[in-house]
Amino acid sequence: MSYAWDFNFLWALGPLLLGGLINTGKLWAIAFSSGLAIGLAFGIMRTVPSRILRGIGMVYVEAIRNTPGLILLIWFYYALPILVGVQSSAWLAACVALSLYTGAYSAEIYRAGIASVEAGQWEAARAIGLSYAHQMRYIVLPQAVMRMIPAFGNRAIELAKATTLASTLAFGELLFTAKVIAEDQFRPLETFTAVSVIFTAVLLPLSYACIWLERRVARSGGIVRD
Amino acid sequence: MPYDWNFTIVLRYLPQLLEGGLHTIILSAAAIALAAPIGVVMGVIRQQRVPILAPIAVAYIDFFRTSVALVLICWCYFALPVLIGVTLSTFTAVTIAIGLQASAYLAELVRAGLQSISVGQWEAARALGMGTRLRLQYIILPQAARRMIPVFFLLVIEVFKTSTLAGFVTYPEIVYEAYRVATDIYRPIETFTIVGAICFVFLFSLGRIALYLERRYAVVER
Amino acid sequence: MTEVLRLENLAKSYGQAQVLKDINLTVRKGETVCVIGASGSGKSTLLRCVNFLGYPTGGRIFLEGKLVGREVIDRSGRTEMRYREAELCAVRAHVGMVFQQFNLFPHMTAEENVMIGPVKIRGLSKAEAKARAAEHLQRVGILEKAGAYPGQLSGGQQQRVAIARALAMEPSIMLFDEATSALDPELVGEVLLAMRKLAQEGTTMLVVTHELGFAYNVAHRVIFLHEGTIHEEGTPEEVLVNPKKPRTQDFLRGVTTFRMPEPRIAPA
Repeated sequence: MSYAWDFNFLWALGPLLLGGLINTGKLWAIAFSSGLAIGLAFGIMRTVPSRILRGIGMVYVEAIRNTPGLILLIWFYYALPILVGVQSSAWLAACVALSLYTGAYSAEIYRAGIASVEAGQWEAARAIGLSYAHQMRYIVLPQAVMRMIPAFGNRAIELAKATTLASTLAFGELLFTAKVIAEDQFRPLETFTAVSVIFTAVLLPLSYACIWLERRVARSGGIVRD
Repeated sequence: MPYDWNFTIVLRYLPQLLEGGLHTIILSAAAIALAAPIGVVMGVIRQQRVPILAPIAVAYIDFFRTSVALVLICWCYFALPVLIGVTLSTFTAVTIAIGLQASAYLAELVRAGLQSISVGQWEAARALGMGTRLRLQYIILPQAARRMIPVFFLLVIEVFKTSTLAGFVTYPEIVYEAYRVATDIYRPIETFTIVGAICFVFLFSLGRIALYLERRYAVVER
Repeated sequence: MTEVLRLENLAKSYGQAQVLKDINLTVRKGETVCVIGASGSGKSTLLRCVNFLGYPTGGRIFLEGKLVGREVIDRSGRTEMRYREAELCAVRAHVGMVFQQFNLFPHMTAEENVMIGPVKIRGLSKAEAKARAAEHLQRVGILEKAGAYPGQLSGGQQQRVAIARALAMEPSIMLFDEATSALDPELVGEVLLAMRKLAQEGTTMLVVTHELGFAYNVAHRVIFLHEGTIHEEGTPEEVLVNPKKPRTQDFLRGVTTFRMPEPRIAPA
């Protein structure tokens, strides 16, 4: 049994695949940047003295992390019109769900990073009269942020993988585009192999970069994992 | 216009949803059963730097840990049958996809576990005259296993989450059943809210068990 | 007396750094030889070469008169040693090693730690190994802790279990790698006492130590290692009390822990 591989048709359909890849990239960029912002808010919330705020932070993080991403996505797809009264679309649902998803995991990274700054730093900052916000902004976060970077890198990789979930809502990202091509051309083997190679080709160097960063940070003291 | 929530109608379909859940559990168990032996072997080969085999293990692990689960599922379901000329059931295809990916994560877990055992333990076993197999079997793996159990539970949780993707290729797991129920009764939000809640309770409990095990097996050294 | 261990021109280097050079040493049956020297003088490396936790890069090692490894002549005409892992496992099983950090197996009780070698390597039955473990735990005075896990024992107790673990293999020589350096001061005594008892019973021992009092009281011979070579060698009297070489004198002057509280014990 030998299968006659033929990748030629894919070159012809290259622009289609590229379009899918760009959509994947857009979704990733939006979800990652808003996820980092959401995560910062909830991450800090999980370290503040107020019990209520800490509780809210915990509920958010636990709820998102213990629900499969696919269910989140589908849920927002149907629930957005009711919750905020907007016309729902696969794109919007994916953006919201993946942002909140990344936000929950990032919050944990921020929390661990902040917790890794020793108490003496807080006290020293308080001793010179800085407010809580200023202690956080100027003393604690700058020290914590270096240790968080490798973990955020890993989050970026996981998010890139998660963007494929949007294909289940027929959003035209890379995997969905590939599926359409595969069905259209009766060439699933080449098409899905190509997609698989594209993802590994992009994510593997990123992953090694994270490992490298992690070692550097570990050598300079203090490891943060999500 | 406020939305008129109606959960009671969905609850009538609860058995169907739970059956989907059961399929998710069976699928996850099969994937883990496939992943466990491969993962342990690959992890040991990599950590021990076995000549010739180690680079193969590294390539295997690197490929699968940077692959996307849904892409692998599509590949195994749509592409693999073309390659080998045999039709695979959705269950088989998804088990292979999720199992192989999980085996790569597990291999990394095993490697980290072995690595975490101090050099002194390896040396003490060597000084007694133990060969590699005896060292791994009696000294290193039993210690590494204790440290790996909590993280292994986290891996199991990830496998469960990944199994919900199997509906994409029509395996009747919980999300697939939820879609069927939702289209039957035109109540997608309520259906997926309940499915989300079921998953949350299940995964949250697993997470707590992991936490408990982590405390319990925290190794007190010296 | 029959020789147990002989090192001939033993050398060890890591890349450019020559850690040991030209070490010639014979240890006879029943003898206790102490190796002293500043940190970085190669003491630990020497012990690790003897049971091949580190491979010597030159010279030959004879255990009970038998050459360990196989000599081959490479293309440039130099002789080199080749070692097979299976042979080295057998060698290690006949050489007992006690580590600075104890390295007990934390998932096994004291007794199980002592039993694992005899059962898995010597092929003893569980019952035989249990009896043997009891015997050796008794020898180091820790039999009552047989069922305890390492985490439940003090450092001194752990180190004595580690000694019993090595003894239970009935090795032809025992190596001690700074066995008391990681211990709190108040726990050092019980371990040294156990070691002295072994020496008196005629155990062949090669001991790397900072405890000069122990070396003075227990050793038959003392070796001063300096920059990877044997700088001075002789009876404890000769090396520790009347050293001839200036380096040895410098070293002894710098050591403040040299106590001679106990009367000299006659060699067994």
